[in-house]
Amino acid sequence: MHAVGTSVKRKDGIGKATGQTKYADDLQFAGMLYGRTVRATIPCGRLVGVRHDFDTTGFTICDHRDIPGRNLVSLIVDDQPCLVERDIRHVAEPVVLLAHEDRDALLAANVLLEYEEQAPVFDPTASQHVLKELLIEKGNLDRGFASADVIVEGTYRTGHQEHVYIETNGVVAVPEGDGVVVYGSIQCPFYVDRALRVMLGGQRHVRVVQTETGGGFGGKEEYPSMLACHAALLAIKSNRPVKIIYDRVEDMLATTKRHPSIIRHRTGVKSDGRITAMDVDVVIDGGAYVTLSPVVLSRGGIHAAGPYRCANTRIRGRAMFTNTPPNGAFRGFGAPQTQFAMEVHMQRIAETLQMDPVKLRERNALRPGDLTATGQKLRDDCSALQVLKEAVKRSGYRRKSKKYAGTNRGIGVALFFHGSGFTGSGELKLGSRAAVECTESGVRLLVSSTEIGQGTRTMHAQIVADALGIPYEQVEVAPVDTSIVPDSGPTVASRTCMVVGKILERASHELKEKLNGMAPAEYFRLRGAVRVDKQHVPPEWLRWDEERYRGDAYATYAWACDVAEVEMDRDTFEVRPIRITAVQDIGKAIHPALATGQVEGGTAQGVGFALIEQVVMKNGAMVNAQLTNYTIPTTLDTPAMDVVLLENPFPEGPFGAKGLGELPIDGPAPAIVNAIRSFGIDVREVPATPEVVMLAAQGSRPAVERHVDVLTYGAPVSASA
Amino acid sequence: MNLTLNGAPVSVDAHPLKRLLDVLREECGLTGTKEGCGEGECGACTVLLDDQPVCACLIPWAQCEDRSVITIEGLGDAHPLQQAFMDEVGAQCGICTPGMVLTALSLGPNPSMERTKEGLAGNLCRCTGYEAIYRAIQSVQAHKAKR
Repeated sequence: MHAVGTSVKRKDGIGKATGQTKYADDLQFAGMLYGRTVRATIPCGRLVGVRHDFDTTGFTICDHRDIPGRNLVSLIVDDQPCLVERDIRHVAEPVVLLAHEDRDALLAANVLLEYEEQAPVFDPTASQHVLKELLIEKGNLDRGFASADVIVEGTYRTGHQEHVYIETNGVVAVPEGDGVVVYGSIQCPFYVDRALRVMLGGQRHVRVVQTETGGGFGGKEEYPSMLACHAALLAIKSNRPVKIIYDRVEDMLATTKRHPSIIRHRTGVKSDGRITAMDVDVVIDGGAYVTLSPVVLSRGGIHAAGPYRCANTRIRGRAMFTNTPPNGAFRGFGAPQTQFAMEVHMQRIAETLQMDPVKLRERNALRPGDLTATGQKLRDDCSALQVLKEAVKRSGYRRKSKKYAGTNRGIGVALFFHGSGFTGSGELKLGSRAAVECTESGVRLLVSSTEIGQGTRTMHAQIVADALGIPYEQVEVAPVDTSIVPDSGPTVASRTCMVVGKILERASHELKEKLNGMAPAEYFRLRGAVRVDKQHVPPEWLRWDEERYRGDAYATYAWACDVAEVEMDRDTFEVRPIRITAVQDIGKAIHPALATGQVEGGTAQGVGFALIEQVVMKNGAMVNAQLTNYTIPTTLDTPAMDVVLLENPFPEGPFGAKGLGELPIDGPAPAIVNAIRSFGIDVREVPATPEVVMLAAQGSRPAVERHVDVLTYGAPVSASA
Repeated sequence: MNLTLNGAPVSVDAHPLKRLLDVLREECGLTGTKEGCGEGECGACTVLLDDQPVCACLIPWAQCEDRSVITIEGLGDAHPLQQAFMDEVGAQCGICTPGMVLTALSLGPNPSMERTKEGLAGNLCRCTGYEAIYRAIQSVQAHKAKR
């Protein structure tokens, strides 16, 4: 019986439902101390003094002088210190670390920080400090605009979004040999491993073990490196295990969020809807340090022209430094922002042309053989048209748009795509590895890909089982411990199934040849251990020019269309999503129930992004850093969902599978805002809170007048070079 | 102070204002009750106090004297709801699952969809979008109906 394509029993076991599964905060070690981080309370300035206004007996205290190696959280660019030495660039920047065996004493310790304050910058469009720029150009923009009948312009905005994994960030560092082992809630254990080695000076023993992780969504991609360095410093200095678990306020205040964006579009269209020119200008707020912002900008920029063909395209992007905590990885990684802008802009083009928005999208949707903005020629698995048609049919879009006209219900559509795996030559540089080996009971797979709820363990075991032709139950998954597993790259970028799964498939095929018909356990008994290690090999046709942003930006894309139905209270302007139809082509659903869960969960997060999740910043700090004031969708805020998975296989993916994790969050926000637009309310930003909708409604004009308005809306793009 | 914990009488010596959550996790070693927010918003620390779901992060330990507290450990490991949450992928990362299971249990047999949604509105899940949680709860009903 095949495991792939069926919803087999998960490898997680029953522990998550019985409370037996151990998360970071559930770990106890003899002699363990609790750790705490003393943080800056100003957004910009210099640290001029630190005073310990408490009895320090029994405390372990660390500052930057205790760092044996480099004072750095190693990631892309070497700019973010592990602990402040002098310069402070954002509120909540870590300065001093404390550890004590009694938590009450720890919390009572009063550390006074003295500063010289400097003028902060919070507005990314006013910031003079460019973090990263990109330019994607195709064709001739002037010629494209010259051949247009109508030019539509607009500016679109998206806000911060907080991950709200229900388990906050946390680690335990335990002295081991001349170094440490760090157990923690971690998406990318080898990122943490490397950061620890750099911070500790490269000589000491380092081991990182992922504990069961209570949600990540990108929020545990880069930040755990910082946290692990802090716990490790305290553990080494005290020579005792040290646990640091953030409470919700600290987690929301100090850790990363989705980048806010301001995106301008200027688009030339023929009166029949054909797009002749697209000029897109993307600004994202990177916050105080580089972290992952260059890559977020890159993915955002590449997706900024949406799943549409256009011969003349220019996409300019800038990530700007500001004095807020660094923004970072969050499911979708720039693409939800830029595709929100694109899809709401498409709606406005349809409104301007007084054209059916579905027809406009049909006319321009990418087909196999078409070129994307980076000049990537799409292959047969490009299914933008198919997902659009299926979603329109399945949701009853046409019937309902007529039926809802003039009522308090609205309906909107969004067509979108998402590149699978690291951008461009990223996968080649990563050179990810994975392994399979025979054991006395079957086969064990070894990867550093983490199970963070999405089903990594199960899905990988299914691939290995079918590639080897053995029962799924005979496949076990090695614990994610950097001293045991090879580096399969980070668990991010919709790559765990398509990229790492493919390495496992290849390793399994090779192991199968070695077994030569024998069962793995039998081979182990008779001939001893056998293991196959494989490295990722990108498709041989993949070409990418990093300098010019030309070529195959991703090995492939997954395609999807959301149709959102909403209900609006005409008095309070509160918008309630009623139903979302999500048609998503993921190549192959290795585990249909888990895949459906990814789409439903991502869609719900998208609903939060669209309507209710609002980070309020004041003087560079999140002021609503608690779940009372920052709300995520509850059962009562989450619409009914109709998920349809399509399977146009990608030949280079395992069993045809592509990336899935991020795709579903790209669509709900524009689909919902487009549904609000069907009331004649000119909303162009998320979250579309009642206040935002009300202001837009007060400023909205009848459709005919708006036709004139859209042509002049927003500052000209050329002014923002 | 004495209370009935998962059906058995226990006596715990802790500061009366200590959170029930901390007493369970630290004094009783029952780490199945999870902390998500510490302010009664997320429901990850849900336990049953005299059969009613409450957030253990909001309950001072002293309030539990001579009362019954049931944690996820009190269900053992063979309750049909537990298996249903795993089989239907009502648990993804699993951190909200113990609280979800206990709240679902408090809804009684065969809750309507409306009652299920209202009953679970105090338990946040960031992974599933709740649909699979409804399926898990319904599958237990379907299973019972078959038997």
